[in-house]
Amino acid sequence: MKSLAELEAIRKSTLERINLRKEEKGEVTRVVIGMATCGIAAGARPVMLAFMDEIQKRHLEHVTVSQTGCIGMCRLEPMVDVILPGKDKVTYVHVKPEMVSRIVAEHIVNGRPVDEYTIGAAENA
Amino acid sequence: MDIYRSHVLVCGGTGCSSSGSATLIERFNEKLAENNLEKEVKVIRTGCFGLCEAGPVVIVYPDGTFYSRVKPENVDEIVTEHLLKGRKVEHLVYTDHATREQNAEKALEDITFYKHQHRIALRNCGVIDPENIDEYLAMDGYRALEKALTSMTREQVIDEILKSGLRGRGGGGFPTGLKWKFTYNSQSDQKYVACNADEGDPGAFMDRSILEGDPHAIIEAMAIAGYAIGASEGYIYVRAEYPIAVKRLTVAINQAREYGLLGKDIFGTGFNFDLFIRLGAGAFVCGEETALMHSIEGKRGEPTTRPPFPAVKGLFAKPTMLNNVETYANVAQIILHGADWYASMGTEKSKGTKVFALGGKINNTGLVEVPMGTTLRTIIYDIGGGIPNGKKFKAVQTGGPSGGCLPESLLDTPVDYDNLIAAGSMMGSGGMIVMDEDNCMVDIARFYLDFICDESCGKCTPCRIGTKRMLEILNRIVNGKGKEGDIEKLEELAQTIKSTALCGLGQTAPNPVISTLRFFRDEYEAHIRDKKCPAHHCQALLQYVITDKCRGCTACARVCPAQAISGEVKKQHHIDPDKCLKCGACMEKCRFGAIVKI
Ligand SMILES: Cc1cc2nc3c(=O)[nH]c(=O)nc-3n(C[C@H](O)[C@H](O)[C@H](O)COP(=O)(O)O)c2cc1C
Repeated sequence: MKSLAELEAIRKSTLERINLRKEEKGEVTRVVIGMATCGIAAGARPVMLAFMDEIQKRHLEHVTVSQTGCIGMCRLEPMVDVILPGKDKVTYVHVKPEMVSRIVAEHIVNGRPVDEYTIGAAENA
Repeated sequence: MDIYRSHVLVCGGTGCSSSGSATLIERFNEKLAENNLEKEVKVIRTGCFGLCEAGPVVIVYPDGTFYSRVKPENVDEIVTEHLLKGRKVEHLVYTDHATREQNAEKALEDITFYKHQHRIALRNCGVIDPENIDEYLAMDGYRALEKALTSMTREQVIDEILKSGLRGRGGGGFPTGLKWKFTYNSQSDQKYVACNADEGDPGAFMDRSILEGDPHAIIEAMAIAGYAIGASEGYIYVRAEYPIAVKRLTVAINQAREYGLLGKDIFGTGFNFDLFIRLGAGAFVCGEETALMHSIEGKRGEPTTRPPFPAVKGLFAKPTMLNNVETYANVAQIILHGADWYASMGTEKSKGTKVFALGGKINNTGLVEVPMGTTLRTIIYDIGGGIPNGKKFKAVQTGGPSGGCLPESLLDTPVDYDNLIAAGSMMGSGGMIVMDEDNCMVDIARFYLDFICDESCGKCTPCRIGTKRMLEILNRIVNGKGKEGDIEKLEELAQTIKSTALCGLGQTAPNPVISTLRFFRDEYEAHIRDKKCPAHHCQALLQYVITDKCRGCTACARVCPAQAISGEVKKQHHIDPDKCLKCGACMEKCRFGAIVKI
């Protein structure tokens, strides 16, 4: 026997879990990780797990994590694209698991890209 | 509860299950484990996506990639390429019949098949795991029950259904709210709600899909109905040939009981309600409401005359409110979003949406849900993808054995209850069987009558004997033994049976004959007078001949099982009509198109 409040809690937590099946493309923040052989070799998997962990910890509902193939800049892997709704894609390069919480906090939650991790910064250095 | 980055939805409807989706699920789980992805990717068995033609269907989220006709050996590739490395397996991606495009980056909704659809009754089918009540809850499940029980009076609930304009989806199209009201008005110590999941129309499978894909929607709606009319118990009558539906329904009922959504004192409001499943043995007549209730009572599934109507004296002689599965599937949505929202869709007298089961000579066999008033043309050509193999459309059969066949000139009819009846057919449960130039309309009528003769319960004479006599005449006609006066005799029998049969089965049984006589009378006449079948379908009325296109390759003679074909090498061959079995093997074999049916 569940109370109304318990049912509501189930609704909420389940929705978080199945949110990625809804295709409200505009609303969703997408984290796309390069996971071709080059990306995986450079350590993309722990990065992806770190993203999933962080998103789950913060109960971020409208964020999906997916992977993509090699885009040809293997030397910059692991690469991660973050696409906020209605905003341009921001590409992070040489991403390490310890950088993830900052990207999530500053960029995904607060909308300010972490410039020093981006491809622009890497190319200018 | 863990968050997964990707969900793999595998269709577990009956169609995809029979093309092996259960093996796919096993294989996915194995392969995911091998690649250490089991904590990141979750495999979910859903109900029917509707595009059965393309089964087994697999959708990968969050990207929404739609894979069709997936075989077990393809699973390895999807796991190692798509799920591990993020590269879509292009050659497995569904190709849109209409645009010839692959769905790669496109959302599911953009596929032509889904674009014109509006899914209310099917909203959760193919989206949630039907065996997980939490997922149903997350899609606003049981919110309507909560709303009805905690903030609406019984009269308000009935009023909302009345105002929505919802009509029975089981075929009759009776206003649902009115039926609820009648049963509410009946005074009794015990009342029942019942759900008709007998689904006997050949070609219709929407009720099965709803039960398989979203069983909680029916449970919730029946509980709402129970509250409204004052019933504490409900029965779901489902045919035993639907094992997946029965299993999911059983699981769902148990989950709902566990959560206190069925049982005593639901939400602490004092309302008690519980549900029971009864299995039918698959007799068509048991879909008729009085026969259905007798069957639930454990009696022989035979109809009785009405009145008394079930609303007054139904199951166990108590007032009973029987609705069809699809009717119920709309109820929670109406309570949640309001009657006005629902009534804003559809036509003046037919509100909301209707699910159609597309079958026959059509590219996208499957289930579609469209607003009432969508034209037959849109359903058949835009959504259904038209007729395969460049053949010409001849007719569409709607309404099952009680319905009729509509010709090309009526393709722009907006589909609703009244328009279909005016056009000479009916809505029925929503089966739509498309026929092309190769279908003989007399034979189609014969097929339905044959079905009726099999399914007639035999209780009343017009149905038992009358339909038999009609079938005999039709058999005669398609066998080339039709006589002058046969058509008139058919018409007379049809009218008599229509007006004298005991139940709906007999009363509507002549409809396929009446409608084909109305629109395709010339085909009947050709059979009877000229001893010809214009569609070259009826074997007794056709001949295979070899034309001068023949190069004398001898392939036909070698494949003929009756040695009916003779001729010299490199010279035109000849078929001996006395020996010919009319199997068509020669025609299939001929590479020059030299063999024709006349
Ligand atoms: C021969 C015959 C077969 C029927 N078969 C079905 C059926 O398979 N499913 C169904 O829902 N209604 C069927 N009906 C209609 C039912 O009698 C009844 O009208 C319907 O279940 C009421 O529900 P609704 O008002 O929600 O449509 C059949 C009627 C007849 C006469």
